[in-house]
Amino acid sequence: MSSLVQSYKNFQSSQKAQKRFGIGIRLVIAVILIIFSIFPVLWIISASFDNSQSLATQTLIPANVGLNNYRDLFGLNPDYQFGDLSYWKWVWNSVKIATITTVLSISITTLAAYAFSRLRFAGRVTMLKGILLIQVFPNLLALVAVYLLIFQTGEIIPQLGLNTHAGLIMVYLGGSMGLNIWLMKGFLDTIPRAIDESGMVDGATNFQIFWTLLLPLLRPILVVIGILSFIGVYGDFILARILLNDVDKYTLMVGLQIFTAGQFDKKWGVFAAGALIGALPILITYLALQDQIAGGLTTGAVKE
Amino acid sequence: MSGLVIEKKTNRSREESPLSKIILIILVIVFDVGAGWFIQNALSKGFTQLIVIVGIITIMLNLIFLLPKAYPFRWMAIGLSFLILFVIYPMIFTIYVAFTNYGDGHLLTKEQAIPLIEKATYLPEEGKSYSWTAYKSESGEYALWLVNADGETFIGKPGVEIVPANAGDPGISEADSSGIPASLDGYQRLNGLVAATDKELPNIKFGLEGIQTIQIRSPSEAAELEILYKYDEAIDAIIDQSNGDIYRNVNGTFTTQDGKTIKPGFRTVVGFKNFIDFTTSPALRGPLVRIMAWNFIFPTVSVLSTFALGLAIAILFNDKDFPFKKVIRSFLLIPYTIPGLISIIIWRGMMNSEFGVINRILGSTIGWAPRWTTEPIWAQIAILIVNLWLGYPYFMLVTSGALQSIPADIYEAAKIDGATGWQSFRRITLPLLLVAVGPLLIASYTFNFNNFNLIYLFISGGPPIVGASTQAGHTDILISYVYKLAFESGGRGVQYGLASAISIIVFFIVGSITLIQYRFTNMWEEVSESV
Repeated sequence: MSSLVQSYKNFQSSQKAQKRFGIGIRLVIAVILIIFSIFPVLWIISASFDNSQSLATQTLIPANVGLNNYRDLFGLNPDYQFGDLSYWKWVWNSVKIATITTVLSISITTLAAYAFSRLRFAGRVTMLKGILLIQVFPNLLALVAVYLLIFQTGEIIPQLGLNTHAGLIMVYLGGSMGLNIWLMKGFLDTIPRAIDESGMVDGATNFQIFWTLLLPLLRPILVVIGILSFIGVYGDFILARILLNDVDKYTLMVGLQIFTAGQFDKKWGVFAAGALIGALPILITYLALQDQIAGGLTTGAVKE
Repeated sequence: MSGLVIEKKTNRSREESPLSKIILIILVIVFDVGAGWFIQNALSKGFTQLIVIVGIITIMLNLIFLLPKAYPFRWMAIGLSFLILFVIYPMIFTIYVAFTNYGDGHLLTKEQAIPLIEKATYLPEEGKSYSWTAYKSESGEYALWLVNADGETFIGKPGVEIVPANAGDPGISEADSSGIPASLDGYQRLNGLVAATDKELPNIKFGLEGIQTIQIRSPSEAAELEILYKYDEAIDAIIDQSNGDIYRNVNGTFTTQDGKTIKPGFRTVVGFKNFIDFTTSPALRGPLVRIMAWNFIFPTVSVLSTFALGLAIAILFNDKDFPFKKVIRSFLLIPYTIPGLISIIIWRGMMNSEFGVINRILGSTIGWAPRWTTEPIWAQIAILIVNLWLGYPYFMLVTSGALQSIPADIYEAAKIDGATGWQSFRRITLPLLLVAVGPLLIASYTFNFNNFNLIYLFISGGPPIVGASTQAGHTDILISYVYKLAFESGGRGVQYGLASAISIIVFFIVGSITLIQYRFTNMWEEVSESV
């Protein structure tokens, strides 16, 4: 009897040892993976503080620590030699375009989702399915046609044509009747109808119910969709690249790409500083809100 | 019950107050006037397709806002308009362009091209002639003093209408012994020998194109240029006035029987020519086959590798009591939180064959390093490595979510039945996981199938494929090839028609993948339930 207990205890402790050993190995794996994941980031941070500016001579711990690259970026170096670096203009353009697009696209999405959730009309299900189908073909795939469309529009209304932010924003808004409507509608469906009915009893119109009763309840999902949409537009490259021509009109992503196009290895340090400042706000947002964003990513796809 | 209330509610919203109804009608009228103005302008520029689509949207908006029955659509009117204009219309327009020759040399409509062609002139061997004297300004511009057979005198300058002038007029000096002024307003006379040997002078057209132009024919004679081409509508052909050659319309280019052509051509529907070119021309077909093959290999390997690594991480660190779990997860999430463009350019720098840190480390440790940017196979491997870095955190996020939703008692039961860890992973975890993340795997496949940013930003699809007649590279995928054909021709001329033909191939492939996805996941049934 006691030997049985003893062997069971032995078994337990060997399992514990095994488990501890397992955790040790897994920690080692974790360290290797972390090196893989953050090495490029460390590398770019080090490059941004490296005064030698060149790709060829950079080391992980900079030999020549200094703020020269940042001075170039802030326009504090009188003998700045790379030309065509309107960094802060690009940042401003990006923030402006992403903010306007996000606000307008959320408005469009939310209004449409309200109709799909609360009103009953012919073609409702067909349209919802249609949205699911169309979003498979993002307008990136038809980029030649998008370019020609904006070019032709600009021939008539120059303010909406090529090389304008308004034209670019309009193209982005084309995507706002997409998957987000499903997300939003799903969220609206979970809000009890009793809330609407209480408004109706008081004689409120549909819009009043939507605006005063439902909208405040939508805050959590609005934040998630808003952040994802902002990050999406902020990080977009190709549409902005084909629709904008002037250095002063570029978004940050287009500017950084064009900036690195020639003499890449010599501009490495300045690019590093610019990339870091441009990426930091997004990085912080993601890390701070990782649970909500992961939730938003998987809603509708992963069944809990 | 609630359905009934909603029904009543919808009815009530139809009884709008007269004031809001008037405001609505005024807004609709204002919009219609604007749309009408837009359409009228588009008409004058010949943008037929644009007119049709703006017309359709205008009619749709009128119906939505004026018919009380269409009330629910008011909530999505703006979104629908943008969707039609910027997503649906470009797709239809792409299909149309794929069947045209739209591109370099064929950018204009026929109506725009013919007047341009008819502007061309030639110097007839006989005809109204002038004697001439040349003048040159300090800035190097030329002018001519012309005398016709009747002794009338004119001044000719390039790009300015030829005007009668007399010696002694304001700005013109008096005639000298030869009867010709020594200077014109700012221009000095060239002596006969200099003028006769001047290399530029015989090529200059004096006078305003379309009205009257004069060119020097010989040291003693200048002649009026005549219209070279005339368009004959009856036979849809251009006739060369100097020798009578007939240029017929062949696929948007006026061409003679022995192959001479006139520029510019014009855009026109050419049927399946673009598609046929891709299958018959070796310089197009070879690269396209390579690109398509890589376009399937790249997303397949990428999805499998990112999913495998993401899942491995999720399983390894899934325990609730694993030390530093939160910190590890945050570090491993970092690639996902940096804008892709920035990450890709960083990797491009790190993998630079000459200066990059990776090759410097490899070179100093094992004495050999792959040439990531110039050797096709290493370029492809480099892209797969970068995409693994970019993509695994997404699958780490979604699989760890899905893993937590698999009930623990299933594993207990499997353990009691004597299943090994691998067996329970193979038979329980994987199948259950695939049900949950299967659609995301397919979505990720479609995303990577069109992952333009990575391909283009890393090394622009390079290294180039030798022998291709277009800008095609070994790491190009279809969508980056489309971009290059349309926007970065490298001096070979933009090819909207060819680019759109490839876009259509992409439409088909993406559509098929989606169809499989919907079948695989029974999505339609679920959708029908949830709406």
